[in-house]
Amino acid sequence: MKRKFLNVLGLLLVAAMLLTACGPAATEPPPPAATEAPAATQAPVATEPPAPVEKTITIGFTSSLTGSQEVSSKRQVAGFNLWMNQVNEAGGIALGDGSTVKFAAVTYDDESNKERVQELYTRLVTEDNADFLISPYSSGLTAAASIVAEQNGKIMITAGAAEDDAYKTGNTGLFQLYTPGSLYLISTVDMLKTLDPEAKVAIVHENDKFSTSVVEGLKPYLESQGFEIVLEEGYATETTDFGPVINKLVDSGATVLLGGGHYPDGSTFARQLYERKAGLKFISLLVAPADSKFPELGDAALGVSTSSQWELKATHTEEEAAALGIPWYGPTGEDFAAAYEAATTEKPTYHVAGGYTAGLILQKAIENADSVDPEKVKAALEAMDIFTFYGGIKFDTSPEAHGLQTSHQMVVAQWQKNDAGELVRQVIWPADVATADPLYPVPAP
Amino acid sequence: MQQFNLLLTSLPDGILLGFVYGLAAMGLTLIWGVMNVINLSHGPIIALGMFGTFFIFSRMGINPYVGLIPVAVFGLLLGILIYVVAVHRVINAPHLSSLLATFSVNMIIIGLGTAALTTSPFNVDFNAGGFKLGSATILGTRLIAALVAMLFTGGLYLFLYRTRPGKYIRAVANNRAAAELMGIPSTRILALSFGLGTMLAAVSGALIATFFPFSILAGGSYELKSFVIGVLGGLGNPIGALFGGLVLGVLEGIIPAFLETSWVPVIEFALFVVILLVRPSGLFGAKQ
Repeated sequence: MKRKFLNVLGLLLVAAMLLTACGPAATEPPPPAATEAPAATQAPVATEPPAPVEKTITIGFTSSLTGSQEVSSKRQVAGFNLWMNQVNEAGGIALGDGSTVKFAAVTYDDESNKERVQELYTRLVTEDNADFLISPYSSGLTAAASIVAEQNGKIMITAGAAEDDAYKTGNTGLFQLYTPGSLYLISTVDMLKTLDPEAKVAIVHENDKFSTSVVEGLKPYLESQGFEIVLEEGYATETTDFGPVINKLVDSGATVLLGGGHYPDGSTFARQLYERKAGLKFISLLVAPADSKFPELGDAALGVSTSSQWELKATHTEEEAAALGIPWYGPTGEDFAAAYEAATTEKPTYHVAGGYTAGLILQKAIENADSVDPEKVKAALEAMDIFTFYGGIKFDTSPEAHGLQTSHQMVVAQWQKNDAGELVRQVIWPADVATADPLYPVPAP
Repeated sequence: MQQFNLLLTSLPDGILLGFVYGLAAMGLTLIWGVMNVINLSHGPIIALGMFGTFFIFSRMGINPYVGLIPVAVFGLLLGILIYVVAVHRVINAPHLSSLLATFSVNMIIIGLGTAALTTSPFNVDFNAGGFKLGSATILGTRLIAALVAMLFTGGLYLFLYRTRPGKYIRAVANNRAAAELMGIPSTRILALSFGLGTMLAAVSGALIATFFPFSILAGGSYELKSFVIGVLGGLGNPIGALFGGLVLGVLEGIIPAFLETSWVPVIEFALFVVILLVRPSGLFGAKQ
């Protein structure tokens, strides 16, 4: 009985307290002074500066963990991740309003497949709410991703995508990092002009967007420089038997081969040229010889050249930027390479540098915009004219070619043997940054 | 005249390659001929054969042609295992069931292979020399691969026509019910046939790896070629597959002399459709 009474009394007390507590709030909000009073009396809290607001920006991209673009794509992503980790570990980007910006990446395996790319970029934008996008690796996959980015009004930094066309179709949110495909082999042709102006050139290339775009720029330039093109041949991406093509090449009387496409076909082509003793004086292939896996071909790699977006041995410097009168931004090439080697024990290739610089550009644009607002960042990208270890970065802002890279330049690299007989990639052009003379003609197998 | 020279230069390559294509297709067509199963795990098994050569030569330093023996044994045992685990239960079900069963095996091998080996291209840095024959360059690796393919074809022929298990296989292929009534252990014979088919696929992959790069996904294109060859030679006719392989190899050799290389698959698959329409039993006759 006594216990029942106590229970009822307790319930009544709780109900009374609830009514007391709720009554004034429901009818009249407490005066501001009442809520501020404790702060006024607690001196330590009042003098402590407000904690900076930390924003986390989501960057979305796909990578080719499987499929034909795997080798280069993984390197690009490794470079990007290095940049992101460095920025986050340094506390993020400080904005003028006191807030800091950190980055988180959302990424999926696109299987080197265009359909997967479109599906996944849609997911990145609509479900993962990515604030900014980085392109997948390769021009073909980037063209597919760019449609989704543009439809959704997202900014996409296109790393690893040199083909020109995507920037000439009215897109306004794409910003290209690489030297455009149409200018890819210009340095190589300039070098050939000094080495052997009488060279007979064969162009044998992969039938994909990137390589075709390179050839479209190469052909008129070769002709304007007085070179004779004795063969032009495309091959399918999945080609493994280059025997018939090499027979054609030899039959054409070519002395110089310019072409290739990506890693799998380029490395195969180089190996079979060596096995069949094609007897060429000079071989320049796209992409494949720029990869650190290329020397796995052994002697077949010797003398094979490539146009490279960046080489550590000829990395761009602050002095170069000062001489050009362009503001320098970011780490030195040596610091970048040391950080990458510390993280992976590998030397960085241009694909790694490209991935890193894609992040660096975004960082600079956010700093310049002092905001993460996409419109302000876009305006900052359009106004960008900087020099990094990777080279010049400036974008075309005309409606005809919006976002096309206009400042970055290529170097020519060639696999040569050092004194110890090991294959090393030397920079052979432009002459002012060359680390070795061109091996011309390449030694016969 | 220039194109005729080019044709003569490319022809030996095409013929040599054709023998290896034929060997790969023989495995596919043997399985179809004996048990009416289209083995969609054929491509990944070719790829496993390629990796067999890689590990045996590049990692263990053993001559890749000596390495064909363990690759063949592995292919045979793997085929028997696939038959027992995935195919046997659906052998009498509609074709779609066995198609899906072997497709599942295909996906499992590719999935495990991708996890373990990535999809990066691998190379076997093996060189067997070469020599000039007129204007053509004959590579040692291709010549030896063609000879090995011929050896395996001869061996298969002898096995099927001169040995008791081979005769059992032909009996089961002809009429399984009648063969069972004669006391032939059809389940074991079917498992053996599947094993032989996968063995041929693995060996062809091991040979291809001596001259072409590969990845775990590389078998897909050879599987497609095997279908074309199977239809050319007659699905179910292993010896016809060798001739089908030769036809395809020669086409791959001579088409680029006249057209861009990218036309090769277009013409190959156009031929595939034409043969299906005009002579569905194949150029060399198929199992009735």
